[in-house]
Amino acid sequence: MISAAVLLIIVLLGIFAPWIAEHGPNDAALSAVNAPVGAPDYPLGADQNGRDIFSRLLYSINTSVVSALIGAAVAISIGLTCGLIGGYFGGRIRGGIEWVFNLIMTLPGILLLIVLMPLTKGDFRVTMLIYGVLLAPGIYRLVRNVTVGVRNELYVDAARVSGLSTLRILGRHVMPVVQGPVIISTAFLMGSAIGVQSGLAFLGVGSTEVPSFGAMIAYGFTNLYVDSLQFVWPALMLGVMTASFVLFGNSLRDALEGARPKASSVSKSAGSKGPARHEQAPKNPGDADALLSIENLHLTYPDPSGTPKPVLNGVSLAVRPGETMGLVGESGSGKTQTAFAALGVLPGEASIPEGSIKLDGRELIGLSERQLRGIRGRDIAYVPQEPMSNLDPSFTIGAQMVESLRAASSVSRSAARKRAIELLGHVGIADPERTMRLYPHQISGGMAQRVLIATAVACRPRVLIADEPTTALDVTIQAEILDLLRDLQAEMGMAILLVTHNFGVVADICERMAVMQDGRVVETGDVAEVFRNPQHPYTQKLLASILDESVVRDDDRVLAGESSEGIN
Amino acid sequence: MLAYILRRVLTGAVLGVLVTFLTFWLLSFSFDGVVANVLGPAASPSAVAALKADLGLDRPLIVQYLDWLGGVFGGDFGVSFFTSEPVTDAVVSRLGVTLSIVLIALALSVVVSIILGVLAASRAGVIDRVSQGVSLLGLLLPNLLIAIVLVVVFAINLRLLPATGYTPFGESPLRWAASITIPVIVLVINGVSNMSAQIRGTMIGELRKDYVRTLRTRGVPTWSIVYKHALRNAAAPALVVLSLEFIAMFGGALIIENVFALPGFGSFAFNSSIQGDIPVIMGVTVFSVMLVVGVNLLTDLINGWLNPKARIY
Amino acid sequence: MAEKLLEVESLHVEFPGRGFRAKPHEVLHGVSLTIDDGEVLGLVGESGSGKTTIGRAILGLVKASGGEIRFQGENITHVGPRRRRELARDIQVVFQDPYSSLNPALTVGDILSEPLVIQGSTTRDARARVKALLDQVGLPADAAERLPREFSGGQRQRVAIARALAPQPKLIVCDEPVSALDLSTQALVLKLLIDIQRETGVAFLFISHDLAVVRHISHRVAVIYQGEIVETGPAEIVTSRPEHSYSRRLLLAAPVADPIEQRRRREERKRLAENGSMETGAGVR
Repeated sequence: MISAAVLLIIVLLGIFAPWIAEHGPNDAALSAVNAPVGAPDYPLGADQNGRDIFSRLLYSINTSVVSALIGAAVAISIGLTCGLIGGYFGGRIRGGIEWVFNLIMTLPGILLLIVLMPLTKGDFRVTMLIYGVLLAPGIYRLVRNVTVGVRNELYVDAARVSGLSTLRILGRHVMPVVQGPVIISTAFLMGSAIGVQSGLAFLGVGSTEVPSFGAMIAYGFTNLYVDSLQFVWPALMLGVMTASFVLFGNSLRDALEGARPKASSVSKSAGSKGPARHEQAPKNPGDADALLSIENLHLTYPDPSGTPKPVLNGVSLAVRPGETMGLVGESGSGKTQTAFAALGVLPGEASIPEGSIKLDGRELIGLSERQLRGIRGRDIAYVPQEPMSNLDPSFTIGAQMVESLRAASSVSRSAARKRAIELLGHVGIADPERTMRLYPHQISGGMAQRVLIATAVACRPRVLIADEPTTALDVTIQAEILDLLRDLQAEMGMAILLVTHNFGVVADICERMAVMQDGRVVETGDVAEVFRNPQHPYTQKLLASILDESVVRDDDRVLAGESSEGIN
Repeated sequence: MLAYILRRVLTGAVLGVLVTFLTFWLLSFSFDGVVANVLGPAASPSAVAALKADLGLDRPLIVQYLDWLGGVFGGDFGVSFFTSEPVTDAVVSRLGVTLSIVLIALALSVVVSIILGVLAASRAGVIDRVSQGVSLLGLLLPNLLIAIVLVVVFAINLRLLPATGYTPFGESPLRWAASITIPVIVLVINGVSNMSAQIRGTMIGELRKDYVRTLRTRGVPTWSIVYKHALRNAAAPALVVLSLEFIAMFGGALIIENVFALPGFGSFAFNSSIQGDIPVIMGVTVFSVMLVVGVNLLTDLINGWLNPKARIY
Repeated sequence: MAEKLLEVESLHVEFPGRGFRAKPHEVLHGVSLTIDDGEVLGLVGESGSGKTTIGRAILGLVKASGGEIRFQGENITHVGPRRRRELARDIQVVFQDPYSSLNPALTVGDILSEPLVIQGSTTRDARARVKALLDQVGLPADAAERLPREFSGGQRQRVAIARALAPQPKLIVCDEPVSALDLSTQALVLKLLIDIQRETGVAFLFISHDLAVVRHISHRVAVIYQGEIVETGPAEIVTSRPEHSYSRRLLLAAPVADPIEQRRRREERKRLAENGSMETGAGVR
């Protein structure tokens, strides 16, 4: 917020210029021509016309501030109004507004300001008025996007259903959200208006009577060899002003919108800082013959302040060859994080303080990205939850499958293509050749999930990790996908770790299940056994929450005042 | 595809007509001043009227405009009120200087921005901080200041490069390159600061998407994920910025040319506006609108090629 | 014949197509249904079937392109904004997503009193009513001063239910109100809805993709498929012995949380599929 203080001081200097400065900005004195810095009465010297540089500098502040205010005010009043209207209403109204703003945006702005000089007579206020119009599309787009975002929130629908008028909704629900971004961009707009105004003044647009940084720089520049300091003062002042606006905008953004997205390394595997420690972890029965075994796995993510926050608190889990293991839990229980850890695809900020993940006896934690690449796709494969977002929208199905196949097994492009077509046919896609040429947005969700499954099983992996593979799909499609997984497993003999929150899915496809709560596995066992006789209280609670198939609402419709017994 | 281009060119033409008419209408308020400029301050009212008739400025506005527009579609932009030079020749020779600076700067900015933005997003750490520093620097200072600082340091103090003046490419390619180096650097600093921040932001968002994780689980190498998949998806929003950046650079070039005394579009437009040289002003407007329309069409075509969902043709 | 609370008659809704001059896309092809006073009608369908659109049309959030919606005998298909705002007293809504349906910047008290103040209640009355509402949905009284983000998904959904109850409506459109909730929360919120319905006699249009949920709360059930209602009847019959082949498919596709029963169901579904009455669900769009 130093920038804000600097801006305040500068603005005050400008306002009190008549009292601070000894001379008027245009008072020329022959005796003072090119007076050096520190000359009596001329603290910063005088220019080649004998005008007091210090005084001109102070008066120039006012020119800049007025420019910034006019430019920003015009841009905001036009952009905000149109943005709210266009964003809230959509349809034809938005179409029309959009068209006009697109037109303004394609105008070569600064050129127009120059070209229209005969009209503006170079008055910087009129020029900035036009510049404000040219800046309006930026604000419009910002406001429109935010408004459209809010408009799609259900709370706006709820407000409409509650009987709020449009104006009230805009004022109460939309404006508070729009405010922040608009205030932030105002700071940037002001900086850019000042920059443009001084640029134009430097060119010579504008009256010579009006002191401004641009004009002063131009004078100083032509006078460079006489007194090289003359252009430094206005340049310095201009730099400090625009920089203060930008920095002020930046700190406003940090204050109002919180941290901006941080970059994180794509390929860094979590917790690879040193060997995993094996503490005395409780061993799961039947670990000896496990294909994928996770032991005492701890996982943390940094919270906003940077201190690690635990997500997994010692997960132990074993998947045997060829079996289907259901990993069940409610949201936030850590089941998906366990799956990502097993695949080694945790985001860069995650870290594994302790624990072990072994695939067929080989420790995976601590392996390099290159070593993991050799395992992924070949030995361990993944089917995601949301089929659409897991395909790259810019490449055809065929291109994505071929690349993945070739990454996991070194086959030629044509062999990979042939195999891809074969696989697509295998997962029940009617016209594989045609599907290869389609883009993800051209196929349905169920079909996309088949494509993802086909790619995952391409190299006959030994473990398939499926993270809620049917949650995003309709029940009829879900049944088909579960059938497909069951058939593929029977054929290829792979083990499946199926992450789900749906006990119906577990009952349908899993042989064993593990129940997770708060980053721990609380119960593991045969599916039939756990359903019949759950041991852990949490499992019991979950199973009791399942809506009973046989219960149908049998009381008659009721009218106000009637009472009746509770359900169950 | 061809139909799409044709439609876009037509829309561009409509835009051009609209903008030029608007300009013409706004300029019409200052026609009297223009005539006074040509004749000098001491001209008699009858001489003013005679010249107005001679230049055709006394006809109804719409007739004048349509007359001019007819000429434009026939390839005739008229001649300058002051030098009698054909407008097309004058505009093209000046535009060449500005455009060469802008296009070189744009190309360099794109390359640097992509490298910086992608590295910052995918490697994080030091590179990320450097790239953020660069983009802040460009935002902090107006073009004009950067230009002046560079001139003072490199041309005047170190005498490495010419401070001002322009050598045509045909005369001496080496001196041509030297004469545009500083202006290009100024524009590149600004361009990189805008575009690298944009590319960094989009790439960060892209690299967090589900498909990136899925590609990793299949053993696809990191370079392919970053440069083939994520970058391609990040390109669409970057292209929008690119076309806006072109307009911004064009505007910036108009001002900084003046620092270097380059005989470009900016000083040309400025002088003709000061004089009120209507045919030249109109020519300047038409050419710049055409330029912008062309660049927008180009970026849309590239976007369609990169992004299958945006293929509207 | 007694007047129905809500009658929807051959309702058509179309959305504008994407792109310039694109053909509009019809999502409802003549849907008819009725709801009596104090009745819960379950509406079951898959994504894209148009079930949500029916609810939104009744609420006036989307425009009908054909047909009629009558509320207590009054045609409300195309009522003006003023009358529509008055209808807020009688027709309310609970949405699926308890995160998006509450404005994160307003306190729970403000969210709940907003509809009351709009309908002309004084601030003091509104405050008292908010307290009663919070109590009714099982939230502590101090919840009014807190922001939505301080609550879990289930608690937020309770707030949303309280907001719907605020003006003492005659009909609440419940659009998948428990689908976004965890299993244990789901059962509790569902029980709350049933209790409230019993106590107040408000009618529900209960929209869901989950037959098990619909079965628990509905008196009657309608099944919607691709913009048309294929079957309507008493909940018990439609959810256990449906007549229409699509309803049957829907029923058999939903896995039950019982390994033995689920195996039986799976085999029955496969038998049905082999009999050829089942089109494939994965088609090119």
